[in-house]
This record gives sequence, structure tokens and C-alpha cells, in this order.
Amino acid sequence: MEQRNRRVDMTLGLGLAGFVLLPWYRIEEGFYAFRWLARFPFGADEAPGLVQMVAEGRWWLAVVAALLLAAAAVRFFSPAGEARGRLLTALGVAGMGFLVLQGFAITFAGWSWTIGEALFGPLSIGQPAMGAGAVVVGLSFLFLFSVGLAEQGVMRGDFFVIAAIALLVALVAVFVFYPVLSMFVGAVQDIDGSFEPSGFLRNIQDPAIWSLDCVVGGARCGVAWRTLWLAVMTATGSTILGLAFALVATRTRFPFKKGLRLLTVLPIITPPFVIGLALILLFGRAGVVTTFLSDLFGIEPGRWLYGLTGIWIAQMLSFTPISFLVLIGVVEGVSPSMEEASQTLRADRARTFWRVSLPLMKPGLANAFLIGFIESMADFGNPLVLGGSHGVLSTEIFFAVVGAQTDPSRAAVLAIILLFFTLSAFLAQRLWLTGKNFATVTGKGDSGIHPALPRALAVGVNALVIPWTIFTLVVYGMILVGGFVNTWGLDNSLTLAHYARAFSVSLQDGSIAWTGVAWDSFWTTMMIALIAAPLTAAVGLLTAYLIVRQRFVGRNMFEFALMMSFAIPGTVIGISYIMAFNMPPLEMTGTALILVACFVFRNMPVGVRGGVAAMSQIDGSLDEASLTLRASSWRTIRRVVLPLLRPAIVAALVYSFVRAITSISAVVFLVSAKYNMATAYIVGLVENGEYGVAIAYSSMLIVVMLVIIAGFQLAVGERRLRRETRIAAPAGVRPLPAESIKEKIA
Amino acid sequence: MSGLKSGSVVFEHVRKTFGSFTAIHDLSLTIEPGTLVTLLGPSGCGKTTTLRMLAGLEHPTAGRIFIGGKDVTMLPANERDVSMVFQSYALFPHMTVLENVAYGLESSGLKKAEAREKAEEGLSLVGLAGFGSRLPAELSGGQQQRVAVARALVLEPQVLLLDEPLSNLDARLRRRVRTEIRDLQQRLGFTAVYVTHDQEEALAVSDRIVVMHEGRIAQEGPPRALYETPASSFIADFMGEANVVPCEVVGIEGNEAVVRLGSLEHRVPGRAAQPGPAKLAIRPNAIRLAPADGAGLQGLVRHAAYLGDHVEYEVETEVGTLYVVDPDVDRSLAATTPVAIGLHNRGVAIITA
Ligand SMILES: Nc1ncnc2c1ncn2[C@@H]1O[C@H](COP(=O)(O)OP(=O)(O)O)[C@@H](O)[C@H]1O
Ligand SMILES: [Mg+2]
Repeated sequence: MEQRNRRVDMTLGLGLAGFVLLPWYRIEEGFYAFRWLARFPFGADEAPGLVQMVAEGRWWLAVVAALLLAAAAVRFFSPAGEARGRLLTALGVAGMGFLVLQGFAITFAGWSWTIGEALFGPLSIGQPAMGAGAVVVGLSFLFLFSVGLAEQGVMRGDFFVIAAIALLVALVAVFVFYPVLSMFVGAVQDIDGSFEPSGFLRNIQDPAIWSLDCVVGGARCGVAWRTLWLAVMTATGSTILGLAFALVATRTRFPFKKGLRLLTVLPIITPPFVIGLALILLFGRAGVVTTFLSDLFGIEPGRWLYGLTGIWIAQMLSFTPISFLVLIGVVEGVSPSMEEASQTLRADRARTFWRVSLPLMKPGLANAFLIGFIESMADFGNPLVLGGSHGVLSTEIFFAVVGAQTDPSRAAVLAIILLFFTLSAFLAQRLWLTGKNFATVTGKGDSGIHPALPRALAVGVNALVIPWTIFTLVVYGMILVGGFVNTWGLDNSLTLAHYARAFSVSLQDGSIAWTGVAWDSFWTTMMIALIAAPLTAAVGLLTAYLIVRQRFVGRNMFEFALMMSFAIPGTVIGISYIMAFNMPPLEMTGTALILVACFVFRNMPVGVRGGVAAMSQIDGSLDEASLTLRASSWRTIRRVVLPLLRPAIVAALVYSFVRAITSISAVVFLVSAKYNMATAYIVGLVENGEYGVAIAYSSMLIVVMLVIIAGFQLAVGERRLRRETRIAAPAGVRPLPAESIKEKIA
Repeated sequence: MSGLKSGSVVFEHVRKTFGSFTAIHDLSLTIEPGTLVTLLGPSGCGKTTTLRMLAGLEHPTAGRIFIGGKDVTMLPANERDVSMVFQSYALFPHMTVLENVAYGLESSGLKKAEAREKAEEGLSLVGLAGFGSRLPAELSGGQQQRVAVARALVLEPQVLLLDEPLSNLDARLRRRVRTEIRDLQQRLGFTAVYVTHDQEEALAVSDRIVVMHEGRIAQEGPPRALYETPASSFIADFMGEANVVPCEVVGIEGNEAVVRLGSLEHRVPGRAAQPGPAKLAIRPNAIRLAPADGAGLQGLVRHAAYLGDHVEYEVETEVGTLYVVDPDVDRSLAATTPVAIGLHNRGVAIITA
């Protein structure tokens, strides 16, 4: 009883504080500058909801006040119980609904729809975007809703769980679905926001997108078909290479298997355009190999690298390690006893491989193919560096926004097409492959050894793997060396000038001056990554907890929607964020907040996957035991779940930190002069032709990330892998969860 | 640890559905304070679900639950005065034994030192004093089980819940631990609800047994009543094996009924019996085999299996195939031997339902 009243009191207190103590509207120069304090509470821009309502003529806020008062009345005149619960829930829903409605209905200029004016007459004053006060009041309505449900005994009366679910649903709605929806709306809007489908209709039929000229001997196909073709080629190539690597690493006596596995770390720590950059240094018009060949054999330096071929090579280099990682699991998942059975049935090694092992791997191969497909579609960095004007969808979107003629409607149309492709692949992966997993290792007495590969195949995979490994090493060598060379092709002498330009530091008047050009974006990147990482891990693991441990209506939908948000390419997220958060009711463009939000919701699904995998291994009766031992859900999470999840937490932290540093596709839309990120800055350098500095900066990032990952590994201790028994001790640090890398989308 | 406040438990028309599947149909049950009541039934009949509703880990779809006279239907698990021993023990692997036992005490707001002290007491109660600093993984199965019991008991709950507490132990240990649990319960006098699918275990530990079948209570009563006067063929067969055969009640004489089984007549205690067709539950060891003599019920041995201290027979008769346990291992009857069938007084009951 006591506790239930206390919850309502705290929720109401929160609502009151939001309405009276915080500026209701967005503060232009930033809330955290706290300069608004000087003009609070009577400044017209800084006033809290109460003052806005009474003194500034924003009478519609009275509804908010009335709902809060009604909730207070219910609290004091009705005893805790199901009846009160229903009232509180209803008030919470009404409050959230009203806030959303008024946010959209009334903007800067007053009513945004004529129906408002027809009903209530013209407004003397409009309103800017929501600020801290509005957000806090919105939160308090959400908690009111949850308290109400808890009092009705929903989710076994567990307030914490209900509030967590409600909060997550609200966050995902605001930061994933609202932006994507805004983008769809934006496709049929003019720049001033009026309905204007002509741009959409013109773009969706544009032959530059859909033309099939190349098939009938014409010059070039539309960008949609080119992107699709590239994705299919990349997926095929990286799956074959990945399988070759996986077979070499698990089924042969290759001497450097450990080293091979290290390759799988590369895609996490490599900013996505770096491979393209290194390829330019090798094969570009002034590249090492190009000049070498032209000096020696007089081969004319060509521009073949700048186009689909170059992008394809770069993507193969980038995504083969991912496919490798996925397929190691698949190849190891084939039960040796199946293969041994085949051999006792008079099949030789070749027949065993082609008739038993390979068919068992098929679903895994399909999975690797789809992952490669989605990755290639979503890749932005390599096409940006290598594609030039022969771009793919993701870069075309970018140029439609920042290019010479800004055309948001074209960007939206291209983004919708891209989204359609990736979501189809994602749905195929989910619906078609689910339940088709033949992985046959049961963990129970499944001893036996995999037979060696048939000789011809062994030769074949080695012939693929060894040259490709060398190629990869050369490319990464280029990245590390590139920063120390003056001007590739023209002046190959060594220099520290690029590093000095990027990272110079000098002492001025006894204090350190960060004179290098890179420092600004470097520190911003570190700060944003540091803020985003723990938030990402927290949101991801909380979601995982809810998905694994709680049964609630729509849980499968919830999980599906979350995972789907991961198949949204970064470019699409970027474009949809600027379309959604550029005007009221929520305005965030140009802030650090939008970058943080973007990272949290883009990288969260990895935390979810890692958390789900880790949590599924912890017996659910542990949580239940804790509950029957008088611990609340929150205490249970803190004392039982979290300690057992430590490896997953570390992995999620490291991953989200690193991803915040390396990603480019969404970021490039969201950076601003004040908050520039390292990757966006490097892309700028590349566009200016400053390859030396760009590659120096990139190598620096790679080194920083390696140090961070190694540091975490050391801090958390030796990696101990052993099969979990039902109540096994936590298994030490896992390597970054396989899924995390599988799902990397640049 | 003395003076546990043992409480009563009442289920009032409780129903529980999972989606469209009804796991518990209209269950009403009263458990007296200080008794050990067993929920017994085959796997999937709803025992665990019933127990979890009592613990607050599931909420009933309809109906009310009272513990110690207080309506707890809507109360979350951590606010109920019960504690539970899990089938898997659910010991927290990252905490020591002592931390495990102290966990609930600390959750209830006890000071750390105080909680530790009580936890030590709890450990010595189950004979594990001195094991406090070990991790659960460093204990044997039986010891882990006792830690789980201690962890639940130190909270001095009104009701202790045990979900198949012995199922992870080997057969020998099972017998010993069940005696320990029963001793502890009788010594401390707490109310206990004990779930098992093993009828022998249920007979051994319970004050009362509630047999469940497909989400309903099939029969409830003291162990002996259930064994000796099963109310249905399901109970008869589940509480130790029984041959259930059709018979005819031909007369009532005082407390006894006269039944006819084919060409055999037999007197059975059975107050509730009505004249007319009925069923007879015959325990395998209540059948006496004699050399065929032409009179009474005749049979033919179909199979015989020697099992050390007894012989099992399948005997074909006019009322069906009977399963017989014969302690006389010296007289081994070969298959196809004709026999005459007689019944003992014990181990035969009329089934009314
Ligand atoms: N969470 C659940 N969701 C759906 N069905 C369930 C759930 N829990 C139990 N059941 C079903 O309810 C029935 C009773 O289960 P349970 O109480 O665990 O049986 P038991 O008597 O073996 O302990 C079973 O058919 C089981 O499948
Ligand atoms: Mg059970």
C-alpha cells in the first residue's frame, strides 16, 4: 500500500517539476549551457509550462495542467487498487496523447492544420519545439500509465518491468519509427512542408534510377539496378571467400589459424572508407601498383578503380571477415558424428563433404549471403571514396541532400528504394531461414572429429585463402604506412608531416594547445562515443532482459521491430533523422544529442543480441529465486542478472564505443560545425584530396581502438571458454559476440 | 529459527490459462497450517503452475489465493510471505553459499552482519556449518539441495514451497534427503507444499496428498486413504500400479460389498458401493496364483519375468490380462501354465468414479 502511494507521489512530483521548474520549450543555445537560468522563469523563451500558459497566452497547456491535477485528485481520493489503476492508466494515456497531438498541431506559426483553426479559432502565438519541461512531463505521464497498469496487476504487478517496457517502446517509436515515417512523408512534401507529390512521382519514375539500358547494350543501368548487382556480387564473393577461410581455419592443418581468426576483428576497428582509401593508394591513377606497372610495362594508368569494380573489391575486403566469422560457426556446427556416419557408410571424403557436410551448411551459407547483401547495400564509405559520380544508392542519397541542387524528395525516394531492398533481405533472412538451422552440435557427448577436406578442395581453398590474406595484409600495410609518405606516386619519401598537421600539440603560455587539425573532431568523437557507449549497453541489455525474461503482449512484435531497425541502412537513418528532427515538435539537428541518439539506436540491437544470447544461458529460475527471496525486479537485475552478464556487458560497451568512432553513413548527415566527428572530418579530407592526412588520421583511430579493445580484454581477465552447464559460473569474457560483427552496417 | 509462523493456504476457484490453453481449471484447496501437503501427478498436470501461483511467479487468470488468511492474489512475488526451493536449486553461481543464504535476509532489509549471522544459523540447521565460503559449484548435489532449503527457510516464511526438490539427486540420496526434509518440517512445524510426480515420495513425506490430473484435483486425502481407496482408475493406477477390471457388485453386507469378478466372488470394504456394475482396482501383489483347479477364475500365464525378490507374471483371464507380482521366487511358473486366480483381502478396492 505504502509503496504504491509513494510511486504515484513520485510520478506526480516529476510531472509538477517538469511543468513548473524547467523551461517548457527548447533552448536555442543548448539546455546544458544553463544560460537559461538567468532569465528563468519569466523570459518568454525560457519560461516553464505554467508561465507559458498563464502569461504567454499558450492556453492549450492548461489541458496538461488539468490532467496532472486530475491525477493528483485520483491519488488522494481513491485507495490504491484496480479501480484507481484504471483511472491512472487512462490519465497517462490521455496526457501522452495530448502532448503528441499539440506538438504536431501547433508549431511556430500557429495551427499546422486548418481543422484546429476551424475548431478553436486562430492562435495569437505559436510554439517552438519541445524542451526539457515538456519531455519531463511526458515522462511523468508515461510513468503514470505504468503505475496504473501495475496497480491493475498487469505483469504480476511489477512496476519496474512495465515502466521499462513502456519507456523502451516510446524511445524506439521516437527514434526509429517516427524518423522513418517522417521520411516517407517528406517524400511527398515540398520544402515548406505542403503536400506536393510531383517530386515523388518524378523521382520514382526517374530513368536514372530504373533504366535497364546496360542489358540491351546501352551505356549504364539505373542506380537501383547497379546497387542491386553490386550487392549480389559482393554477397556471392564474400560468402565463397568466407567459406574458404572457415574451412581452412577449421578443417585443415593450416599453420596460422590463430592469425586467421584475428582477421575477424578487422572490420570492427576499420572505419568503412579506409579500405577504399588504401585501394586508391595502391591502384589509383597515381597508386603504387599503377605507377609500377606503367613504368615497367608501359601500361597506361586507368580509372578502372573508380566505379563498381573498385567498390566491389573494397567491399570484398571489408566484408569477407564478417562472412568468415559467421561461417566458422556454421562449419563447426556440423556434427562430426554425421560425417563419421557417412564415412562408415562407404562414402569417401569427397562424397561426405559434398553430400553431407555442405548440404548441412546450406542455411548458414544463405545467412552469410544475406548478411553480405545487406552490408553491401548499406555501405556508404567505400562508394563515397571510390564511386565518384558513378555512385550507388547510399551515396546518391547523400548527394541529393548536400549536392549542388538539394532535393529532399529525391533523397527520400532513393532512401525508400534502398530501405525496400534491405528490408526484403532482412525479412527473407528472418522468415525463410528461421527454424532451418541444421546446426547439429548438441553439446551432449557429441564427440568425434571432423574428417579432413578432400584433397582437391583443400588445394582449392588454400589457393583462395593464401593470396587473399596476403592482399588483405598489403592493404592494411598501406593504411599504416600511407600516413608516413609524402605524396603517393609523386614523392614517395617518408615524412611525419601528415601526423604533425593532424595531431600536433604545442605548449603556449604553459598550457597545452591542441594545434593539430584533427584534435577538434577527435575529442568530439571520443566524448560522444563515451556518452553513447554506456547508454547503448544499458538500453540494449535492458531490452534483452525484457525479451528473454518477461512475457508481455506484443513481445515478438517488439523484438522483431527492434531487429528490423538494424536492417535500416545508416544513410536512411541519417536522412530520416534530419527530416524528423529539423522542426517542432522535436528539434535536435546540430546538437550532440542527435548524434548520441543515433548511435544508441543504431547499435543497440547488437547489445540486445549479445544480451539475449548471454541471458538465455542463465537459468530463469535464478531470477525467480531472487524474487521469491523478497528481492524486487530491480534488485534482482542488479544483484543476480548483471553480475552474471558481465562478459556481455563488456562486449556491448566496447562494441558500441568502437562503432561510434568508426561509423560514417548516418553520421555524415548529422554532424555540424560545432560537433564534427572524426569519420566525417576524414571524408572531408579525402574530398579535398588530402589523402596523407586522411590516412594518418585513420591509422590513428585504428590504433586507438585496438588499444581500447586490448585494454578491456586485459581488465576483464583471461578469456575462459567452457561449455555452460545449467548453473555454471559465468564463462569469463567472450570475444565480441559474433552477431555484433555479423550485423555491422556501415 | 524456532517458532516459524506457519500459515494456512487457501485456493478459491483458481483458474490459469496460457493463451487458449487452460493449465488449471477451477481449483479450490485448503491447506492447514503446519502440515506438509504434496501435489502429486504426472508431468504436465499443472503442479508447478499451482505452486508458482502460490509463490506469485504467475498470477491466476481468475479466482483468489489466501496465505495466512490474507488475500495475496495481486501481490508480487517479493511481497509474499512464502519462499521456494527450486527444482534446479537456482543457487546464484556468483555468490558464496553464505551470500546465497543471506541474500533473502538482506533483501528483506536486515543489516549485513545480522543477515550473515542468521544465515550461519540456517546453514548449521541443514548440517552445512563451515561450508559458507564455498561457491555452489564446489558442493555436491545433495549439499546444494540443502543450501537451497536453508536459503528458503531462513526467511521464516509462512509457507515453504518445494518443486520436485529431489529430482536432481540419485536414488539413494533421494531417500535420505526426503527424510531430512520431513524431519525438519516436523521439528520446526512450518507449512509446506511439496510438488512431486513420484508417488512413493509422496506417500513417504506427506500429511495429505493432492493428486492432480489435467489441471484438476483428482483426489485429495491422507496417503493411506488414497492408496487404499482410490476414487478413480486414474488414481488407482497412479498411486502404485493396479489392475482395473470390470466387476459387478451383487450385494452389500454391512461395511462390505460382495463383488463378482467373472466366476469369482470376493468381499471388499466399500461403504459407498451401489449394487450394479462397477470397477475393481487390484494391486499386482494382491493376486494369488494357485494350480488350476477348474473352479473360480481361471487364467493362463503369458509371460514370466524373474526380478530377484519377486516374479512378475502376465496372466490372461476372462476379465482381461492381469499383471501379477508374486513373492514366491522358488515356484517359477513357465509361460502357458494354466492357473487359478484368488484375491487377498488387502489391495483390492471398488472404484466408484
Ligand atoms: N508459461 C507457459 N506458457 C504456456 N504453457 C505453459 C506455461 N507454463 C506451463 N504451461 C503448460 O501448463 C501445463 C502444466 O504445466 P506445469 O504446471 O509445469 O506441469 P507440471 O505438473 O509438470 O509441473 C503444461 O501443459 C504446460 O505445457
Ligand atoms: Mg513441474
